[in-house]
Amino acid sequence: MTKLKPWISLSGIGVFAVLLLVIAPLVLSDHWLNNVGKYCCWAIAAVGIGFAWGRGGMLVMGQGVFFALGAYSMAMHLTLETAGDQVPGFMVLYDPLAPLPAFWEPFRSTGFTLLAIVLLPVVVAGILGYALFKRRVKGAYFAILTQALAVALATLISSTIRETGGDTGLSDFKYFFGFVLNDPANKVMVYSIAAALLIVCLLAVWQFYRSRFGELLVATRDAEERVRFLGYDPANVKLVAFVVSALMASIGGAMFVPIVGIITPAEIGAAASILMIAGVALGGRASLFGPALGAMAVGWGQSSLGSTWPDGWTYVLGLLFIVVILFLPQGLSSLPARFAALRRRPTVQPTPAIAAAQLEEVRS
Amino acid sequence: MSTTPSKRRRALAAVGAIGTTMALLLAGCGARASDDTAQAGSSAAASCVDTSGSTIKLGFLNSLTGGMAISEKTVSNVLHMAADEINASGGILGKKIQYVQEDGATDWPTFAEKTDKLLTQDCVAAIFGGWTSSSRKAVKPVVEKRNGLFFYPVQYEGLESSPNIYYTGATTNQQIIPAMDFLAAKGVKTLFLAGSDYVFPRTANAIIKLYAAKLGIKIVGEEYVPLDKDDWTSQVAKIAAAKPDFIFNTINGSSNVGFIKAYYDAGLTPAKTPIISVSIAEEEAPAMGHAVTGNYASWNYFQSLKTDTNPKFIQSWKAYPNSSGVTSDPMEAAYISLYLYKELVEAAGSFDVNAVNAAAKSKTITFDAPEGKVTLDGKNHHISKPGHIGQINANNQFDIVWASDKFIEPDPYLEGYDWFPAAIRKQLVGAAG
Repeated sequence: MTKLKPWISLSGIGVFAVLLLVIAPLVLSDHWLNNVGKYCCWAIAAVGIGFAWGRGGMLVMGQGVFFALGAYSMAMHLTLETAGDQVPGFMVLYDPLAPLPAFWEPFRSTGFTLLAIVLLPVVVAGILGYALFKRRVKGAYFAILTQALAVALATLISSTIRETGGDTGLSDFKYFFGFVLNDPANKVMVYSIAAALLIVCLLAVWQFYRSRFGELLVATRDAEERVRFLGYDPANVKLVAFVVSALMASIGGAMFVPIVGIITPAEIGAAASILMIAGVALGGRASLFGPALGAMAVGWGQSSLGSTWPDGWTYVLGLLFIVVILFLPQGLSSLPARFAALRRRPTVQPTPAIAAAQLEEVRS
Repeated sequence: MSTTPSKRRRALAAVGAIGTTMALLLAGCGARASDDTAQAGSSAAASCVDTSGSTIKLGFLNSLTGGMAISEKTVSNVLHMAADEINASGGILGKKIQYVQEDGATDWPTFAEKTDKLLTQDCVAAIFGGWTSSSRKAVKPVVEKRNGLFFYPVQYEGLESSPNIYYTGATTNQQIIPAMDFLAAKGVKTLFLAGSDYVFPRTANAIIKLYAAKLGIKIVGEEYVPLDKDDWTSQVAKIAAAKPDFIFNTINGSSNVGFIKAYYDAGLTPAKTPIISVSIAEEEAPAMGHAVTGNYASWNYFQSLKTDTNPKFIQSWKAYPNSSGVTSDPMEAAYISLYLYKELVEAAGSFDVNAVNAAAKSKTITFDAPEGKVTLDGKNHHISKPGHIGQINANNQFDIVWASDKFIEPDPYLEGYDWFPAAIRKQLVGAAG
């Protein structure tokens, strides 16, 4: 794929920002605005996946873990805010006399909750990434390990119903940091925060891609040993990308909760984690906009095709996924560049980016 | 490529602009928790239900895919049958039912999203469906926010009420408490609790433990397995070791198949260690892979029930396309729910939610259901039901071995039972608002 000039990408983000923050609230009904808000949360996580996988070559198949850290931190705070000084209602149902578990207590504080949403994924991904990358765990082993973690966390949450709401999940939130969630104006606010955070994440990734770190990350993906010979430690480079992607997943998860109004282990487990990957692959993992647009398209498909064709839509997604992987490994966002390359083929050699991508395909 | 200072400054400016936008958004916002008027004002969103035409739109929300599809497709199908019957006899207030079927996909956030879609995009007058308590808990905040109506057709754990939900299945005092009374009358001394790991079994068992203490029945063990898991081997080994007089089974869905297999593999038999279930009905009994003859179930409706209306219901269902051929309690409750809505709307003379709720309170709403003549309690939105215990016979039908002497009035918060802690009732009622 040809590299776009920086100002083109930046104005693309600008157009996207205007669409999401100005046009969407004006033209969409509040039901659809809320749905787009949900897609934005998945897109935030997807931007992180694009960064770690598309640019860093790490197939992060367990982003549900970090999505959960943010989502459950937020959900615990909102549950406590709704319950006031009482024990949350769902706990009373299962064991009428037991007190609030100790790990819930700090989530009463707004500051602690916001810190947890940011720091928990950083710490967990930091420790995990350090242990894995320093031992040079990569490829399928890394992917399977992250996937297993997502399964383990979903199982843990399912089996601790009194502490975490279990399979039923946490829901019925009345307030969002003091704002009444049922108020339509506040729903627009929550949506706007999610959309704005998506734009911020896109800007952050845009900045990363242009920086020396971005070049180093791509170099690590394509030729890790050479990077090592040049005197860099690839483990550190990958660690930073992994932590950033974990942080983005956590932010996406945190905003998912007030928008959707419920979080359950099904939204963070293996299937959910793979669906996040699917969106990124469809859109184009290495491009700036591909992951976000792909995730939003998958979300939209789930809402609309899932309604009209409940039995068939997952097949459509599967088929699309296969077709894209076979014929368009760089995702739908590489289509324009492909067409351009076709037209210019007689005179122009493949660009370095395409050569690198082809090299990667051959190896993976 | 290195980053020049001017580029970095531009990026910073962009981030700054976004930050400012967010701050402005936060400032220009709606109600805060401290505004007393906010909640009352916000929930009164204008309804978009169209009552001007010759049809009325209703929403059916059932899991047509995923793990619960096996049970919920039947509910969806019987709702279609009830709608066809009502349409054939003139509709509701003279308007034919036009239904919108949605798939809950056995995923609780999907239930919430589809409820919102049905109420705001399709503008349905009421929604019917759900099966697991988890799905109902996901739907509840949405119907309350949009001031819609939801009719829930499955027995559940009680301790809930909502101005926007009508419950046509049993609450605890119409199913679990009769089952416990039956066990006490049989002289049962020790009981083992086996359930799926989610709201209904956990809550039901919390109530069972409180009541068992009062009845002098000892609980010798309690085991849970997630809804989507089928392996009960190690849990059943604990049951075999504990040698209880009876097993109280609150397992839901296909996980029951694994439980019954492990039960026979461990050498347990209905003669020595019988099971009493609250989720195995005529539909499920033949699908257990083993003969379950001799075990018990507590329900309000059985296909073998002798009432004036039951033969016609069984006949219509057997003749209905794609029907499973047998009738069961949850599908009968779903059948009731649509007719109960018809009675409510016609008593109110309007499809308006507030008018329907007012009619529920001020008028006596009844329906000649296959289980007998049920009466709506307008205050708690549940219906009166007869209690029945059935024993599975060789044809996978139930021989009724116990029946309540009259219809049991619904008591979701167990206010008529002194063994249920008053402080907890108060807290749960308070949380329900």
